[in-house]
Amino acid sequence: MTALPREADSGSWTVRLRDRVTHVVPSGEALPDQQPAYVSSWIYVFGVATLAALLVVVGSGLVLAVGGSAWWHVSSFGHFVNSVHLWSVELFFAAMVIHLWGKFWMAAWRGKRGLTWVTGMIAFLTSIGTAFTGYLSQSNFDSQWIGAEGKDGINSIGAGAFFNVLNPGQMLMWHVVLLPLAIGGLAVWHVVLVRRHGVVPPIDAKEGE
Amino acid sequence: MPATSSAVLAVTSTGHYLHWGVVSVSLTNLVIISIMVVVFVLALVVPFQRRGGGPR
Repeated sequence: MTALPREADSGSWTVRLRDRVTHVVPSGEALPDQQPAYVSSWIYVFGVATLAALLVVVGSGLVLAVGGSAWWHVSSFGHFVNSVHLWSVELFFAAMVIHLWGKFWMAAWRGKRGLTWVTGMIAFLTSIGTAFTGYLSQSNFDSQWIGAEGKDGINSIGAGAFFNVLNPGQMLMWHVVLLPLAIGGLAVWHVVLVRRHGVVPPIDAKEGE
Repeated sequence: MPATSSAVLAVTSTGHYLHWGVVSVSLTNLVIISIMVVVFVLALVVPFQRRGGGPR
Protein backbone atom coordinates (compact mmCIF):
# COMPACT_ATOMS: atom_id res chain seq x y z
CA MET A 1 0.00 0.00 0.00
CA THR A 2 1.50 3.30 -1.07
CA ALA A 3 1.09 6.47 0.88
CA LEU A 4 -0.82 9.21 -0.89
CA PRO A 5 0.95 12.58 -1.20
CA ARG A 6 -0.43 15.09 1.26
CA GLU A 7 -0.38 18.85 1.17
CA ALA A 8 2.02 20.40 3.66
CA ASP A 9 0.38 20.99 7.01
CA SER A 10 1.22 24.59 7.90
CA GLY A 11 0.35 23.82 11.51
CA SER A 12 3.16 21.29 11.79
CA TRP A 13 6.33 22.48 13.54
CA THR A 14 8.49 20.51 11.08
CA VAL A 15 6.92 22.38 8.15
CA ARG A 16 7.41 25.73 9.87
CA LEU A 17 11.03 24.86 10.69
CA ARG A 18 11.63 23.62 7.13
CA ASP A 19 10.22 26.85 5.67
CA ARG A 20 12.34 28.88 8.08
CA VAL A 21 15.55 27.01 7.19
CA THR A 22 14.98 27.06 3.42
CA HIS A 23 14.32 30.81 3.45
CA VAL A 24 17.39 31.81 5.49
CA VAL A 25 19.35 32.21 2.24
CA PRO A 26 17.64 33.17 -1.06
CA SER A 27 17.35 30.35 -3.56
CA GLY A 28 20.63 29.69 -5.40
CA GLU A 29 22.66 32.05 -3.17
CA ALA A 30 24.04 29.43 -0.76
CA LEU A 31 26.59 28.22 -3.34
CA PRO A 32 26.35 30.73 -6.20
CA ASP A 33 28.14 30.23 -9.53
CA GLN A 34 27.93 33.90 -10.50
CA GLN A 35 28.71 37.05 -8.57
CA PRO A 36 28.51 40.78 -9.34
CA ALA A 37 31.47 42.24 -11.26
CA TYR A 38 32.74 44.17 -8.22
CA VAL A 39 33.42 40.86 -6.42
CA SER A 40 36.35 40.12 -8.76
CA SER A 41 38.99 41.51 -6.43
CA TRP A 42 41.76 39.90 -4.41
CA ILE A 43 40.37 41.50 -1.27
CA TYR A 44 37.62 38.85 -1.15
CA VAL A 45 40.18 36.05 -1.21
CA PHE A 46 41.21 36.91 2.34
CA GLY A 47 37.81 36.08 3.83
CA VAL A 48 37.97 32.63 2.26
CA ALA A 49 41.66 32.31 3.25
CA THR A 50 40.59 32.97 6.85
CA LEU A 51 38.10 30.09 6.68
CA ALA A 52 40.70 27.81 5.04
CA ALA A 53 43.24 28.64 7.75
CA LEU A 54 40.58 27.98 10.41
CA LEU A 55 40.06 24.47 9.02
CA VAL A 56 43.82 23.79 9.29
CA VAL A 57 43.86 25.25 12.81
CA VAL A 58 41.02 22.96 13.90
CA GLY A 59 42.47 19.92 12.10
CA SER A 60 45.94 20.32 13.62
CA GLY A 61 44.32 21.03 17.00
CA LEU A 62 42.40 17.76 16.80
CA VAL A 63 45.66 15.86 16.18
CA LEU A 64 47.30 17.68 19.12
CA ALA A 65 44.33 16.71 21.30
CA VAL A 66 45.09 13.03 20.66
CA GLY A 67 48.59 13.35 22.12
CA GLY A 68 47.78 15.86 24.86
CA SER A 69 49.15 19.29 25.69
CA ALA A 70 52.67 18.04 26.58
CA TRP A 71 53.02 15.70 23.58
CA TRP A 72 54.81 18.26 21.40
CA HIS A 73 57.66 18.47 23.94
CA VAL A 74 58.60 14.81 23.55
CA SER A 75 57.74 13.91 19.95
CA SER A 76 59.19 15.30 16.72
CA PHE A 77 55.86 14.61 14.97
CA GLY A 78 54.04 16.32 17.83
CA HIS A 79 56.40 19.29 17.46
CA PHE A 80 55.63 19.41 13.71
CA VAL A 81 51.86 19.34 14.31
CA ASN A 82 52.24 22.02 16.99
CA SER A 83 54.13 24.19 14.49
CA VAL A 84 51.41 23.63 11.86
CA HIS A 85 48.91 24.72 14.52
CA LEU A 86 50.92 27.86 15.32
CA TRP A 87 51.58 28.95 11.73
CA SER A 88 48.03 28.26 10.57
CA VAL A 89 46.91 30.53 13.42
CA GLU A 90 49.37 33.21 12.22
CA LEU A 91 47.93 33.00 8.68
CA PHE A 92 44.39 32.90 10.12
CA PHE A 93 44.93 36.20 11.95
CA ALA A 94 46.83 37.86 9.09
CA ALA A 95 44.11 36.97 6.55
CA MET A 96 41.33 37.93 8.99
CA VAL A 97 42.87 41.35 9.74
CA ILE A 98 43.38 42.12 6.01
CA HIS A 99 39.74 41.03 5.43
CA LEU A 100 38.72 43.35 8.30
CA TRP A 101 40.69 46.30 6.84
CA GLY A 102 39.04 45.78 3.46
CA LYS A 103 35.56 45.55 4.95
CA PHE A 104 36.11 48.58 7.20
CA TRP A 105 37.15 50.86 4.31
CA MET A 106 34.22 49.54 2.21
CA ALA A 107 31.82 50.39 5.09
CA ALA A 108 30.59 46.84 4.57
CA TRP A 109 27.84 47.20 7.19
CA ARG A 110 25.72 49.17 4.67
CA GLY A 111 22.42 47.75 3.34
CA LYS A 112 21.20 45.89 6.44
CA ARG A 113 24.55 44.12 6.81
CA GLY A 114 25.16 45.36 10.36
CA LEU A 115 24.82 41.89 11.89
CA THR A 116 27.31 40.50 9.36
CA TRP A 117 29.85 43.09 10.52
CA VAL A 118 29.09 42.48 14.21
CA THR A 119 29.40 38.68 13.97
CA GLY A 120 32.75 39.15 12.19
CA MET A 121 34.01 41.51 14.90
CA ILE A 122 32.88 39.19 17.72
CA ALA A 123 34.55 36.27 15.92
CA PHE A 124 37.75 38.36 15.75
CA LEU A 125 37.66 39.18 19.48
CA THR A 126 36.82 35.56 20.38
CA SER A 127 39.76 34.42 18.24
CA ILE A 128 42.10 36.67 20.25
CA GLY A 129 40.84 35.04 23.46
CA THR A 130 41.33 31.61 21.93
CA ALA A 131 44.90 32.49 20.95
CA PHE A 132 45.64 33.71 24.49
CA THR A 133 44.33 30.50 26.04
CA GLY A 134 46.48 28.65 23.51
CA TYR A 135 49.57 30.47 24.79
CA LEU A 136 48.51 29.40 28.30
CA SER A 137 48.24 25.76 27.19
CA GLN A 138 51.82 25.35 25.94
CA SER A 139 52.84 23.61 29.18
CA ASN A 140 56.22 25.38 29.35
CA PHE A 141 57.89 28.36 31.06
CA ASP A 142 56.36 30.69 28.47
CA SER A 143 52.80 29.71 29.45
CA GLN A 144 53.66 30.06 33.15
CA TRP A 145 55.09 33.54 32.57
CA ILE A 146 52.08 34.66 30.49
CA GLY A 147 49.67 33.28 33.13
CA ALA A 148 51.50 35.04 35.97
CA GLU A 149 51.54 38.33 34.04
CA GLY A 150 47.98 37.97 32.73
CA LYS A 151 46.27 37.27 36.07
CA ASP A 152 46.48 40.93 37.14
CA GLY A 153 44.88 42.08 33.91
CA ILE A 154 42.08 39.52 34.23
CA ASN A 155 41.56 40.43 37.91
CA SER A 156 41.43 44.13 37.03
CA ILE A 157 38.33 43.53 34.88
CA GLY A 158 36.69 41.41 37.59
CA ALA A 159 36.82 38.10 35.70
CA GLY A 160 39.51 36.41 37.80
CA ALA A 161 36.95 34.74 40.10
CA PHE A 162 35.69 32.44 37.33
CA PHE A 163 38.43 32.73 34.66
CA ASN A 164 41.72 31.79 36.32
CA VAL A 165 44.63 32.09 33.88
CA LEU A 166 46.86 30.34 36.44
CA ASN A 167 44.73 27.18 36.10
CA PRO A 168 46.16 25.34 33.06
CA GLY A 169 43.38 22.73 33.09
CA GLN A 170 40.67 25.40 32.88
CA MET A 171 42.56 27.32 30.19
CA LEU A 172 43.06 24.13 28.13
CA MET A 173 39.32 23.33 28.27
CA TRP A 174 38.42 26.87 27.21
CA HIS A 175 41.00 26.60 24.40
CA VAL A 176 39.93 23.22 22.98
CA VAL A 177 36.18 23.15 23.73
CA LEU A 178 34.35 26.38 24.59
CA LEU A 179 36.11 28.99 22.45
CA PRO A 180 36.44 26.80 19.30
CA LEU A 181 32.70 26.06 19.53
CA ALA A 182 32.03 29.80 19.77
CA ILE A 183 34.30 30.61 16.82
CA GLY A 184 32.86 27.78 14.71
CA GLY A 185 29.31 28.94 15.41
CA LEU A 186 30.15 32.57 14.71
CA ALA A 187 31.97 31.65 11.48
CA VAL A 188 28.97 29.66 10.21
CA TRP A 189 26.57 32.46 11.23
CA HIS A 190 28.82 35.06 9.53
CA VAL A 191 29.03 33.10 6.24
CA VAL A 192 25.27 32.44 6.22
CA LEU A 193 24.66 36.18 6.69
CA VAL A 194 27.07 36.98 3.82
CA ARG A 195 25.15 34.59 1.56
CA ARG A 196 21.79 35.92 2.83
CA HIS A 197 22.53 39.60 2.15
CA GLY A 198 25.17 39.24 -0.61
CA VAL A 199 28.48 41.05 -0.94
CA VAL A 200 28.22 44.78 -0.24
CA PRO A 201 28.28 46.91 -3.44
CA PRO A 202 30.90 49.67 -3.78
CA ILE A 203 29.93 52.97 -2.16
CA ASP A 204 29.63 54.75 -5.52
CA ALA A 205 27.81 51.90 -7.33
CA LYS A 206 24.61 52.77 -9.17
CA GLU A 207 21.52 50.53 -9.19
CA GLY A 208 21.96 47.67 -11.69
CA GLU A 209 25.75 47.93 -11.96
CA MET B 1 75.21 23.28 23.74
CA PRO B 2 73.78 21.86 27.00
CA ALA B 3 70.03 22.20 27.47
CA THR B 4 70.43 24.48 30.48
CA SER B 5 72.60 26.94 28.53
CA SER B 6 70.14 27.13 25.63
CA ALA B 7 67.29 27.68 28.11
CA VAL B 8 69.16 30.55 29.75
CA LEU B 9 69.93 32.00 26.31
CA ALA B 10 66.24 31.79 25.36
CA VAL B 11 65.21 33.62 28.52
CA THR B 12 67.86 36.34 28.32
CA SER B 13 67.45 37.17 24.60
CA THR B 14 64.84 39.93 24.59
CA GLY B 15 64.82 40.83 20.89
CA HIS B 16 64.88 44.31 19.40
CA TYR B 17 62.27 46.88 20.36
CA LEU B 18 61.54 50.25 18.79
CA HIS B 19 60.16 53.15 20.81
CA TRP B 20 58.30 56.30 19.76
CA GLY B 21 57.09 58.04 22.91
CA VAL B 22 54.45 55.81 24.48
CA VAL B 23 54.50 53.45 21.47
CA SER B 24 56.73 50.39 21.84
CA VAL B 25 56.83 47.62 19.24
CA SER B 26 59.16 44.71 18.61
CA LEU B 27 61.04 44.77 15.31
CA THR B 28 59.54 41.35 14.44
CA ASN B 29 55.98 42.57 14.93
CA LEU B 30 56.69 45.77 12.99
CA VAL B 31 58.03 43.72 10.04
CA ILE B 32 54.94 41.45 10.11
CA ILE B 33 52.54 44.43 10.25
CA SER B 34 54.44 46.09 7.38
CA ILE B 35 54.15 42.93 5.25
CA MET B 36 50.40 42.76 6.00
CA VAL B 37 49.97 46.39 4.88
CA VAL B 38 51.90 45.64 1.67
CA VAL B 39 49.73 42.53 1.00
CA PHE B 40 46.60 44.63 1.66
CA VAL B 41 47.67 47.30 -0.85
CA LEU B 42 48.56 44.61 -3.41
CA ALA B 43 45.11 43.02 -2.92
CA LEU B 44 43.56 46.39 -3.78
CA VAL B 45 45.62 47.16 -6.89
CA VAL B 46 46.47 43.77 -8.47
CA PRO B 47 43.84 42.78 -11.11
CA PHE B 48 41.87 39.63 -10.34
CA GLN B 49 41.56 37.23 -13.27
CA ARG B 50 38.06 35.76 -13.57
CA ARG B 51 37.56 32.20 -14.82
CA GLY B 52 34.08 31.00 -15.83
CA GLY B 53 30.91 32.16 -14.11
CA GLY B 54 31.11 35.66 -15.55
CA PRO B 55 29.61 38.74 -13.93
CA ARG B 56 25.85 39.06 -13.76
